[in-house]
Amino acid sequence: MEKFVIAILVSNVSGVLTRVSSMFTRRGFNIDSLAVGETESFDYSRITITFTGDRAEKKQLIRQLAKLYDVKEVEVLDKAESVSRELLLIKVENRPETRQDIMSAVEVFRCKIIDYSAVSLICEVTGESSKIQAFIELMKPYGIIEMCRTGMVALERGNNCLKSE
Amino acid sequence: MKISGSKIVMETLIEQGCDTIFGYPGGQVINLFDELYNYQDQIKHVLTAHEQGASHAADGYARATGKVGVVIATSGPGATNLVTGIATAHLDSVPMVAITGNVPCSLIGRDSFQEVDIVGVTMPITKHNFIVKDVTKLAETLREAFRIAKSGRPGPVLVDIPKDVQVAQCEYERGHVVEAYPKLAASEDKLLKAAEILKDAKKPYIYCGGGIIAGGATREIEALAEKLDAVIGSSMMGLSAISTDNPRFLGMQGMHGHYASSIAQDEADVIIVAGARFSDRATGKKERFAINSKIIHIDIDNSELQKNITVDLSIAGDVKNAVSRLTAMIDPKKNPEWMARAAELKEIEASTIKKSEALTPYNIIDIISSVTDPKTVIATDVGQHQMWTAQRYPFKSPRTFVSSGGLGTMGFGMGAAIGAQMGSGERTVLVTGDGSFGMNLNELATAVSFNVPMVVVIMNNGVLGMVRQWQTLFFNKHYSNTTLNRQTDFVKLAEAFGAKGVRVTTCDELKDAFAKAYKENGPVVIDCIVNPDEFVLPMLPPGGSIDDIITNVEVEA
Repeated sequence: MEKFVIAILVSNVSGVLTRVSSMFTRRGFNIDSLAVGETESFDYSRITITFTGDRAEKKQLIRQLAKLYDVKEVEVLDKAESVSRELLLIKVENRPETRQDIMSAVEVFRCKIIDYSAVSLICEVTGESSKIQAFIELMKPYGIIEMCRTGMVALERGNNCLKSE
Repeated sequence: MKISGSKIVMETLIEQGCDTIFGYPGGQVINLFDELYNYQDQIKHVLTAHEQGASHAADGYARATGKVGVVIATSGPGATNLVTGIATAHLDSVPMVAITGNVPCSLIGRDSFQEVDIVGVTMPITKHNFIVKDVTKLAETLREAFRIAKSGRPGPVLVDIPKDVQVAQCEYERGHVVEAYPKLAASEDKLLKAAEILKDAKKPYIYCGGGIIAGGATREIEALAEKLDAVIGSSMMGLSAISTDNPRFLGMQGMHGHYASSIAQDEADVIIVAGARFSDRATGKKERFAINSKIIHIDIDNSELQKNITVDLSIAGDVKNAVSRLTAMIDPKKNPEWMARAAELKEIEASTIKKSEALTPYNIIDIISSVTDPKTVIATDVGQHQMWTAQRYPFKSPRTFVSSGGLGTMGFGMGAAIGAQMGSGERTVLVTGDGSFGMNLNELATAVSFNVPMVVVIMNNGVLGMVRQWQTLFFNKHYSNTTLNRQTDFVKLAEAFGAKGVRVTTCDELKDAFAKAYKENGPVVIDCIVNPDEFVLPMLPPGGSIDDIITNVEVEA
């Protein structure tokens, strides 16, 4: 089992996310994360998914994706040849006895505190998934109230890019 | 000049070469049907008894002709009634365009009367689907629907048209019949590799799927078999691709396949799989499938490669093109031992078939085939009668077998036979069972209205035979809900619908009745009373393999 990052260029039309995600459900693919958003062109949206599976599953997933009419490009991103980021917003308890530890962690992880109240504070963390995961683990003892993450987005380095025709 | 959305639909259908459509009117397609009234000399609309029947008719029309079948239904229940028909077409790769009406755009999402999100419902059972909310996009969307339906591996496409879009007007310009997207051509490298594997083949077996029919590759397959000195088998969907007159053809393989075909496939050293997708009904237990052979898989749908069975060489591409190029790459071979073995297997197979004077399923099929001609379309429903037909009927030319394979839709036959008859212009025979016929026999009304020359042969055993067979073999004869215990008189029923009906209990009666029925210019129902304990054999038990093949069953009373 390996972790793969797959970039998909799709037509920017309504229902496209349903088509892609329902295919995963129907074919029994387990997706770790999915992020979707606008691109440089109005005609296309870009979906980034991370997926854990073996090579045969990866091939099958790509072929099933490519078969969808609204999917224009599919590519597995090579980890060494691409950069990836994820964003985490995490709300933790703000207690006098732990406040300083949290502040230190925020500094070391080079993240930001974007909300501060008497009872809680919200940190914004950007980075690769492993960094996000490490920060969450670190915050657990301090009391996580709630959190959300965007899922990974990724681009290839240099001139390589995902373009339809 | 500006014309309405409804008129654009008619114009686009004509432009795409469509002259027959199947459907049923309703509130949100009144405008379409109003326009159809003006076009009735150019587009024949076949009004069925139920939208499901219309969807199967469009499917049967497409299977028998290779053209895109078109069905129209209203919103809500009209649209959901198409679902089984669309799924049936999807599983068997049948080109179809389904047009549904919907409530006006302003009412969508408000749970309006007869509103359903049919695009959402049919997403997993169509190649693609559209909702058209802008009349200026209507013509191009319909054209694209036809294009998608017939490109590559064919399939159904649904176009949902809200009522206000049918009414709205815009400019329209007559276009041309859309061409399918260019067919994927197999890579030269892969074909060379295939030729390399085939060099040492002493026991080659070519396994044909429905793709041979869709891709029109009958001659190419026959030529390859000739050059390789190979035998040919097929999936159920591949039946009629290769004539049973071809001595190399061993028939259908798989769960209820011919003994010779299934055994030869297992003994082969190389299997060329063309236009087939390794359905579980064809392979049985995957781990045991074709363990003695190398497999070369050719299919136009890339996503079928390495999906169900891991093969030695997978080739994505149009099968006609790939097979003819592959044939050119290989030297002619002779495999006399393999041919002798195939002949021997055929003999063993023949010896396992019990002869009888009674009105057995095989005798019924033999009587039918003694009267029909090579172009006659044979449709079936789903169950034992379907397997008996698939095993026994001597199909001679492609597109003469119309049957629901992948989805296994009981109730498919009536609609499909009507559509197939209208598309092919040939007399059509529907072989069905009393269970399947009971599901959509309302379409007898359609066959009468349109005076469809078709013979409905019911193998009436009073039970749901296929499930009963499983109950006998694997469920301790617990005949749970498979004994029908109905008092339906199919002869009177046929007459009530305005068709002819006759009941037969012996072979002689059937010979006489069928010969007469086949000459009639309208539908005739022949009710054949058969033994409920006839088995479809051979059988690979569910989850079993060729090692578990059942060729004989003794049933104690």
